[in-house]
Amino acid sequence: MENIIEVKQLKKSFGKLQVLKEVNCSFGQGGIVGILGPNASGKTTLIKSILGMVIPDAGEVYFGGKPVARSFDYKKQIGYMPQIGRYPDNMKIGELFKMMKDLRNVHDNLDTDLISAYGLDAMYDKAMRTLSGGTRQKVSAALACLFNPKVLILDEPTAGLDPLAAEILKDKIHAEKAKGKLILITSHILTEVDELADDIMYLFEGNIKFHKPLSALKAEAGEQKLGKALTKILTQNV
Amino acid sequence: MYLLRYIIYFTLSFFIVFGNAQAKTIVVKSGAKPQSLKEAIAMAQNGDTIVVQKGIYASHNTVVNKSLTILGKNRPVLDAQFKDEVLTVTASNVKIEGFLLRNSKTGDLRDYAGLRIFGASNVHVNDNILENNFFGIYISDSHRVSVTNNKVTGNNNRRQAGNGIQAWKSDHITITGNQVTAHRDGIYFEFVQNSHIKDNSSEKNLRYGLHFMFSNDNSYIHNQFKNNQAGVAVMYSKRIKMQYNQFNENWGSSIYGLLLKEILDSQIAHNTFYKNTSAIFMESCNRNKIYSNSFSNNGLALRVLSNCQDNNFTLNNFKGNTFDVTTNGDLLENHFAHNYWDKYEGYDLNKDGIGDVPFRPVSLYAQIMERIPQSVILMRSFIVNLLDKVERSIPSITPLSVKDDSPQMKPWKI
Amino acid sequence: MFKIAKYIALDIIKSKVVMAYTLLLMAICISVFLTDADVTKGLVSITTIMLIIVPLVSVVYATTYYFNAAEFTELLVSQPISRKNILLGKYIGISSSILSAFLIGVGVPVLLFAFGSTGIILILTGSLLTLCFISLAFLASVAMRDKAKGIGLALMIWFYCSIIFDGLVLVFLYALSDYPLEKVLIAITAFNPIDLARILVLLQLDIAALMGYTGALFQDFFGSGFGIVFSFGLLMVWFVVPLIISLRVFRKKDL
Repeated sequence: MENIIEVKQLKKSFGKLQVLKEVNCSFGQGGIVGILGPNASGKTTLIKSILGMVIPDAGEVYFGGKPVARSFDYKKQIGYMPQIGRYPDNMKIGELFKMMKDLRNVHDNLDTDLISAYGLDAMYDKAMRTLSGGTRQKVSAALACLFNPKVLILDEPTAGLDPLAAEILKDKIHAEKAKGKLILITSHILTEVDELADDIMYLFEGNIKFHKPLSALKAEAGEQKLGKALTKILTQNV
Repeated sequence: MYLLRYIIYFTLSFFIVFGNAQAKTIVVKSGAKPQSLKEAIAMAQNGDTIVVQKGIYASHNTVVNKSLTILGKNRPVLDAQFKDEVLTVTASNVKIEGFLLRNSKTGDLRDYAGLRIFGASNVHVNDNILENNFFGIYISDSHRVSVTNNKVTGNNNRRQAGNGIQAWKSDHITITGNQVTAHRDGIYFEFVQNSHIKDNSSEKNLRYGLHFMFSNDNSYIHNQFKNNQAGVAVMYSKRIKMQYNQFNENWGSSIYGLLLKEILDSQIAHNTFYKNTSAIFMESCNRNKIYSNSFSNNGLALRVLSNCQDNNFTLNNFKGNTFDVTTNGDLLENHFAHNYWDKYEGYDLNKDGIGDVPFRPVSLYAQIMERIPQSVILMRSFIVNLLDKVERSIPSITPLSVKDDSPQMKPWKI
Repeated sequence: MFKIAKYIALDIIKSKVVMAYTLLLMAICISVFLTDADVTKGLVSITTIMLIIVPLVSVVYATTYYFNAAEFTELLVSQPISRKNILLGKYIGISSSILSAFLIGVGVPVLLFAFGSTGIILILTGSLLTLCFISLAFLASVAMRDKAKGIGLALMIWFYCSIIFDGLVLVFLYALSDYPLEKVLIAITAFNPIDLARILVLLQLDIAALMGYTGALFQDFFGSGFGIVFSFGLLMVWFVVPLIISLRVFRKKDL
């Protein structure tokens, strides 16, 4: 299967801090990849490089075979849910959705599952500034899915969501996977990744430690739980 | 009582009868004798009247050497055709009225004039139009001359323009209700005493609207001086009254609404100075009273050089001027009181209409400009405003003597 | 681009800051005109106030808004929209709302009370000054990563342009007053948009004083239309160039 995202020799540093040191990886069409790593390992930077929000110092990111540098059209096929979603304070939820549709100029074939699942449509008149962090996350999640993108990139998707909402989101992720989409998730909640992911990519200090199927990982470690498998492998390696 | 009335009747009837018997009226008309004013004057005797009918007459310096009343009917034209002067009056008791005098010769050797009055007295020049003459009306060595309601327009030629109405070595001259334009100086006096200039307008002249030198005891009232290329200049004179005049829109560097040089014991009152580059410039002027004038929208309202002494500036209004007072040094012996300054920011706690703290009209910035003219580029900048505010509250550089201890809270009605 | 501008403008209009700015300007203008019968003097007062407030509010508000909307910018960057359009959209959105505030707050009273060439020049100058300082705010914003530093830099720019620069010019003049500095001075003013704006209004209001004081070169400069063209042209440069630089920086900026 052809890879939809390819990252080649990606380097990025912020000041003296080298965040990504020649990262090479690729993601095929479909499946859920859990991107793991300790704090400051470069997960968010990698995601942002794919999204063109961070400009790499060296290397290239290809989306669907084309380099993403200086282009923006490919983002039509990505839904992104940021770690902390903040929106124009005075805008109402309804207006936000309307604006995004307007900006993208897409009005049909919308995926409004999450909007109704989270009951956001009932809160259309609420201003963004009055929303709790959790509700904002719901809005972010709904926005990411809204345009039926081929690829979903979710940065800490369930952080701040109540368990029920987190469940809804997980169900949604499964459903999207079933449609054959590629979903990249970063998370610190290993159980969640354990539940969702097909593949695991582990970043450490700007390098990819490994990138393999979850099942292979577990087999290698001889553990049933991702958490334990991870601890075992990492302690062995170091 | 009866006797007195009898004497009056007798005297009056004697004059009427005598006058009628002696004086006659000569009519000048083209195509009939006399054909010109010159011929008519030759025929006339003292006390006669000459009426010139409508027409264009060549007049190459026609000399009026008899006491005549010369009237133009339907504005006849006397034209010197650029060959000589138009008309010269050398006799006394002459009246000239109703003519259009034009096209005098111009030249460097002589001051050719439209109308010259020389060595005469009791001459009246009324309601004439003078056009395109080198000098308009030129009065010299004369007494009791009145010039009224004439319209004097020069040739607007920068190189060869004379003065509109000029008086030299004369006294008791009255200049009233004239309009002068496009000459070198609108009105020029030199060595003229006890004379009055009133209700004239002098506009768009090539040099000064009004210019006088060495002329004492004169008054200038209700005149309008506007848009003259160098404003108005008065120099070396004493006991002058300048009142109710308007000095407007005299623009440009070294151009003054009113330039005063060595003026002594004079009064400058109730004048309006509006939109002049410099409203009044004073140099070596002493013991003058400048009161109840209105200075508005001038670049510089008063520039008083430090060689001026004992001048009093009172009851004036200063509004919307970029600078109110500037000086090149100190103004120790000059006094400012009871003026209204729009830049005054003091208070009046006892509500007597007079500000409780003195006003210092020379701003720090004006002092800076004095030393470094280039700092004009910083005019109205925040830093300059700031400096001025600081200086006004804690004066250290501006001349302490220049202050108005009784600034008015409200403008005077002028 | 215009869609983004529209949403930003709508967002700003709903916030009370710009409304307060409009009302403040309007209150100042109307009170100046009502307390002073002389229109020219009123215009002078308004110019003085305008030259301080307009740059300050423009630069600080635009910087603050830029940083407050950083996450929103991030969201936009993750969308299929080019960075150029995002930044220009932001610029148009912010500047159109601050500019409208100025036009309503100053423009309307000036046109009502002091309609004439001076009033129109004042409005034009104020508008250009607004645009210049929003451009500078954008430059400060893209140059700095965090809000505190950005606003700090914005305030520095304002402080420099309104006080320090002229102070330095004054010191420079004092030190070198023996030299013919006219040409140099005219060139120097080009480095400060507030000075350019000030000179433009001066040319209208204080031409009388300018004519009285200045040497031949200044007179040519101030007296002819050249001064006006020069100042307007350079104000345009101050508005366009920082914007272009910020576009270039923003294109390579990490979010």
